[in-house]
Amino acid sequence: MISVFQQHGQELLTGLGNTILCSVIALFFSLIIGSTFAIFEVLPSKLLRVIGRIYIEVFRNIPLLVIGMFFYVVVPQYVLPMDGFTAGTIGLTLYTSSFIAETVRAGIQAVDSGQMEGARANGLSFMQAMWHIVLPQAFKYVIPPLGNQFINLVKNSSVLAFVAGFDLMYQGDMIASATFDTFNTYIAVGVLYLIITLPLSYYMRYLEKKLA
Amino acid sequence: MPIIEFKKVEKYYGKFHALKNINLQVEKGEVVVVIGPSGSGKSTLIRTINGLEEIEEGQLLVNGYDLADKKTDLNQIRKDVGMVFQHFNLYDNKTVLENIMLAPKLVLKRDEKENKETALKLLESVGVSDKTESYPKQLSGGQKQRVAIARSLAMKPKALLFDEPTSALDPEMIDDVLNVMKEIAKEGMTMVVVTHEMGFAREVADRVVFMDKGEILEDAHADEFFEAPKEERAKQFLSKIIKH
Ligand SMILES: Nc1ncnc2c1ncn2[C@@H]1O[C@H](COP(=O)(O)OP(=O)(O)OP(=O)(O)O)[C@@H](O)[C@H]1O
Ligand SMILES: [Mg+2]
Repeated sequence: MISVFQQHGQELLTGLGNTILCSVIALFFSLIIGSTFAIFEVLPSKLLRVIGRIYIEVFRNIPLLVIGMFFYVVVPQYVLPMDGFTAGTIGLTLYTSSFIAETVRAGIQAVDSGQMEGARANGLSFMQAMWHIVLPQAFKYVIPPLGNQFINLVKNSSVLAFVAGFDLMYQGDMIASATFDTFNTYIAVGVLYLIITLPLSYYMRYLEKKLA
Repeated sequence: MPIIEFKKVEKYYGKFHALKNINLQVEKGEVVVVIGPSGSGKSTLIRTINGLEEIEEGQLLVNGYDLADKKTDLNQIRKDVGMVFQHFNLYDNKTVLENIMLAPKLVLKRDEKENKETALKLLESVGVSDKTESYPKQLSGGQKQRVAIARSLAMKPKALLFDEPTSALDPEMIDDVLNVMKEIAKEGMTMVVVTHEMGFAREVADRVVFMDKGEILEDAHADEFFEAPKEERAKQFLSKIIKH
């Protein structure tokens, strides 16, 4: 395993960098998109609730690989050109955002309805009440499940390997097929994933304890 | 002109007829107490006044706005009509001081310094000025309710609605809250109060409204009502509640 690092360190490092970059971008946007659709789902407007529901059900129930492929193959052909990294990251963002939306919606609904009612009666608009009162309280409930989503996101970023996204998994595949040393290569790749996910997992546990 | 006026108001929850032909007027500065058995529609009635519940038919004029009109901006009404709930509904993620300052800041754009001065003055008047930095979960029920009253007052409302403000309190805390309410009434606030506290009703109310099964059965001057309620069901209700 050490020899894989010695001989292919540069490729693995590039892969690790791309995996982290893709994860951070996807995390950022899936949080924003996911929270937005979560709010759609608790809005008084029936139309927006339905739109939120459709978005979540569609992206949650299609395999990530299909979404990634769609952006890698179909979108460049008919809409606009994009490389594998972009296509994979967009796919991962949309897919993850649907899970985050579900998580955040559950968190919002776990907040006592008296909080929203008190705020509305006090003169706040729906969005003001959401932003200042309900979401900060919902956040507490969603920290543990969100942590799981983040870890899944990092692991799922390996979908980039299928769309030439030059991530960790892709580099691993390349090295393995060039050297035939599949055993050591995939062990090395696994270790590198752990380097990202284990600290994340421990940090989440720490947050959970702190907020409890 | 009355500040609150119901004209032939009907309210349904699905098929359930919750308010039936409600006609009611509340003049500026009046204190109206609403009583009636559980499930008679008291909460529903009071919650229509600030638009927490929609009405299906009739007209409901509050401070000049018509709540039956879908185009009416409810926030405009809520600025002027505060509400105090049975379970306080304080913001759990905000301190006492923040609870009081939030709506004036966001809704009225009151400047920080004036906002804080007003809030501190109000907290003093309701007797919780030593708790400004506490969170709601650190307060007793009585303190919570007095903070909730201060929060409503901070908006400088034209009317206040109370839905069983003392029903969730331990007996020894009820008087503290009722005394604050009496003070507010004395200062001329228009108040609609759902309560089982007959002592308070006798002492403070100008009028008593008795409801049963979604209808207003009696609407009388407080003195007359307690002397001799006209309705048989009101009599029974009174005798039951006073015995306990
Ligand atoms: N959101 C709702 N959906 C359906 N029915 C409701 C709803 N809210 C209230 N009701 C029904 O309307 C009737 C009146 O309820 P309301 O809460 O106004 O009574 P109340 O006089 O305040 O009673 P209590 O003294 O127990 O608070 C009850 O039969 C209740 O079951
Ligand atoms: Mg009630």
